[in-house]
Amino acid sequence: MSGEIIKGGSFLVEAVEPQNVFTPEDFTDEHKMIADTAASFVEGEVEPVIDDLEEQKDNLMRELLEKAGELGLLGADVPEEYGGMELDKISSMLITENIIKGGSFSLGHGAHTGIGSLPIVFFGNKQQKEKYLPGLASGEKLAAYALTEPGSGSDALSAKTKAVLSEDGKYYTLNGSKQFITNAGFADVFVTYAKIDGDKFTAFIVDTDTEGLSLGVEEKKLGIKGSSTRSVIFEDAKVPVENVLYEIGKGHVVAFNILNIGRYKLAIGCIGSSKLALQYAVKYANERKQFKVPISSFGLIKEKIGMMAARIFASESMAYRTAGMIDDMLHNIDMNAEDAGLKTAEGIAEYAIECSINKIHGSEVLDYAADETLQIYGGYGYTQEYPAERIYRDSRINRIFEGTNEINRMIIPGTLLRKAMKGELPLLAAAKKLQEELLTPSMPVEDTSFLGEQKQIVEKAKKIVLMVAGTAAQKYGQNIQEQQEVLGKTADLVIETFAMESALLRALKAYDAGGEEAAAMKGLLAKIYINDSIGRMDLWAKEALAAIEEGDVLRTQLVALRKLARYNPINSVAAKRQAADAVIAAEEYVV
Amino acid sequence: MNILVCLKQTFDTEAKIELKDGKINAQGIKNIINPYDEFAVEEALKLKEANGGEVTTISVGSDQTQEALRQALAMGADKAILVEFPNSDEHATAKALAKAVQGMEFDLILGGHVAIDDNSGQIAIRLAEELDLPQVNVVTKLEINDGKAVCTREIEGGVQIVETPLPTVITCQKGLNEPRYPSLKGIMQAKKKELKRIGLEELGLTVDNKVEILEVFLPPQKEAGKVIEGEAEEAAGELVRLLKEEAKVI
Repeated sequence: MSGEIIKGGSFLVEAVEPQNVFTPEDFTDEHKMIADTAASFVEGEVEPVIDDLEEQKDNLMRELLEKAGELGLLGADVPEEYGGMELDKISSMLITENIIKGGSFSLGHGAHTGIGSLPIVFFGNKQQKEKYLPGLASGEKLAAYALTEPGSGSDALSAKTKAVLSEDGKYYTLNGSKQFITNAGFADVFVTYAKIDGDKFTAFIVDTDTEGLSLGVEEKKLGIKGSSTRSVIFEDAKVPVENVLYEIGKGHVVAFNILNIGRYKLAIGCIGSSKLALQYAVKYANERKQFKVPISSFGLIKEKIGMMAARIFASESMAYRTAGMIDDMLHNIDMNAEDAGLKTAEGIAEYAIECSINKIHGSEVLDYAADETLQIYGGYGYTQEYPAERIYRDSRINRIFEGTNEINRMIIPGTLLRKAMKGELPLLAAAKKLQEELLTPSMPVEDTSFLGEQKQIVEKAKKIVLMVAGTAAQKYGQNIQEQQEVLGKTADLVIETFAMESALLRALKAYDAGGEEAAAMKGLLAKIYINDSIGRMDLWAKEALAAIEEGDVLRTQLVALRKLARYNPINSVAAKRQAADAVIAAEEYVV
Repeated sequence: MNILVCLKQTFDTEAKIELKDGKINAQGIKNIINPYDEFAVEEALKLKEANGGEVTTISVGSDQTQEALRQALAMGADKAILVEFPNSDEHATAKALAKAVQGMEFDLILGGHVAIDDNSGQIAIRLAEELDLPQVNVVTKLEINDGKAVCTREIEGGVQIVETPLPTVITCQKGLNEPRYPSLKGIMQAKKKELKRIGLEELGLTVDNKVEILEVFLPPQKEAGKVIEGEAEEAAGELVRLLKEEAKVI
């Protein structure tokens, strides 16, 4: 961590120095030990019973979560005065990444510690915190988060559940139902939402033993079968007024802030799963012989392994960079203040763009890694005898929950434009400057430093984003919300820019610290990633521009784009082989 | 009751060993507390929980060895000592340990019965000799009563129960206990615990290795097995022929 607060989304308009980003190479000894404890716990306690967990055998998830609680694995984000560990976000991410081997266990853990407990951590009043947090941190009480309704998923604020204040003013009567609620089957506490007087969307803490609360049957799902998913039904459920969470009519503040956190945590879980998938894939590819040689010696298999490693590298670099930014922000908050929780949530909301970027990238890299892993296993991958099948099924949900990737693709440009309009980000000035720059002829200058060419590509990628976003904003003005496809392409350009830059900065930081040898593999992975991404960015930018403009204006834009997207392709075949060879030798993801 | 635990940092049990310039390449390999030494740490912690006292862990090694000591502190040990003496052999390691614990008050010294890397199994034995203490090796159950240690050890085809007065040196075997995971609380507390580093000079010790490693090589790669087809009698004949002529073992 650099200690310096970086504004959310500012990477698009500012040059970022390698020493100002947090990378996995910066983990402290404590970070590593925490990661080890999480990993050993899952290997020792969860993996041996994973088949039973998949079948949701009696109370098993609950028992495992309680055991995790004894080790402190549920309290990382809970303040010390309420029985938690109050660790930094890097530690909390390392726990999430390292429990991933437990399959559905990680879902139960994530729902409890993240979206289940955090609303109370951030928005609870003193009495609520005292009542709930010690139990939630120890595992004595388990939590679930109930936002989605049968008729309101992405459009969360259109919820129909109602809350009516009793005549004596002592309790609210809730009526309505919530759907797809993770941990519902065993949770003691639900954080849920209902509208008071028909329009005041409000958060509530509801105990499971509340009269009038009942549960639906377990959903039969494609994957994450060990995770309990049920509906929660409120029929004249009486909830005491002291269980209103935060302010009446401010439920959206709670809901949206919690989702930001859910998103970057989901990303790191996906990265853990992707690494695991790669490890399985490469071990199998080394064992499996065809034509008398291990299939890991074939070019088309190496290509998959090399590309998986490069994409995981980018995703991992992005997620820890984001966590580092959040930690820097949180260090400046007085954690003893009454409103520390709210300030924390607001601090994290500053990085809403990065949270959405990570969520999309992490979940899509995982789907890619799961798919290629299954492919490497061939016919065996399609059977339940091997782990590829479960990884493939389990991965799919990640593009759907915590805000679909489509919703998150709308959030990225939407938030950027809002920040630009409010003057929080100098996007408009930068776009204007770019327009002038594009009209002045210039000669390319060669940068011969370590990853010099990649630095130039990333710098130009930011300009591609500005050009496309600027053109779209100018053309559509207030009506831009109706151009989802263009916004989606813009989001993709932003995501790839952040991904390329994060991979690059991590390799550069390693180079600054340890020279060429220490940064060799990281540099190689960054090169593979950037080479692949810039080509795709060029296509997306063309598609967006062709949708926005036409005729001469379009032609001028395309000439400018050609200048920005120009790069010398690396020998990516050789690079991917080289990266794959290192992964094949180590039989796991290595950097 | 005060307990000393000798521990060694070794490669992870799943580490892939590679050679570089005739030496084991340690780069990128994850290190752990030698699993048998981890049993010793756990046993010490259990004894401390039951009887009070202090657990001090000690290791002879390099800068990196601190990680293993820190982990033992995170599990619950009270103090740690690192004797900075990399690449020492068994003789020199035991001398260094003996010197380092001189003057310390302890009732019991625990250690693993062998380290999983070099498999030499000499350190605790040599240390007991250096300190002129009784020793019981390869222990799977340990009880401490009235200043005596009652140890159960596995012997060929059975168990042996041995009693020895304290202080004594005991080496631990699998089955003794299930080591705990360091809790997050333990990890954060370990940061504040004392980890003392001492050099040989400070110990006032001059000692040289007596053993020199001449060569390190990896076992030959296992080749695919051979299935001998045919009737049992015929196949047995072929097997004998192959064992004589190809494998040259009979």
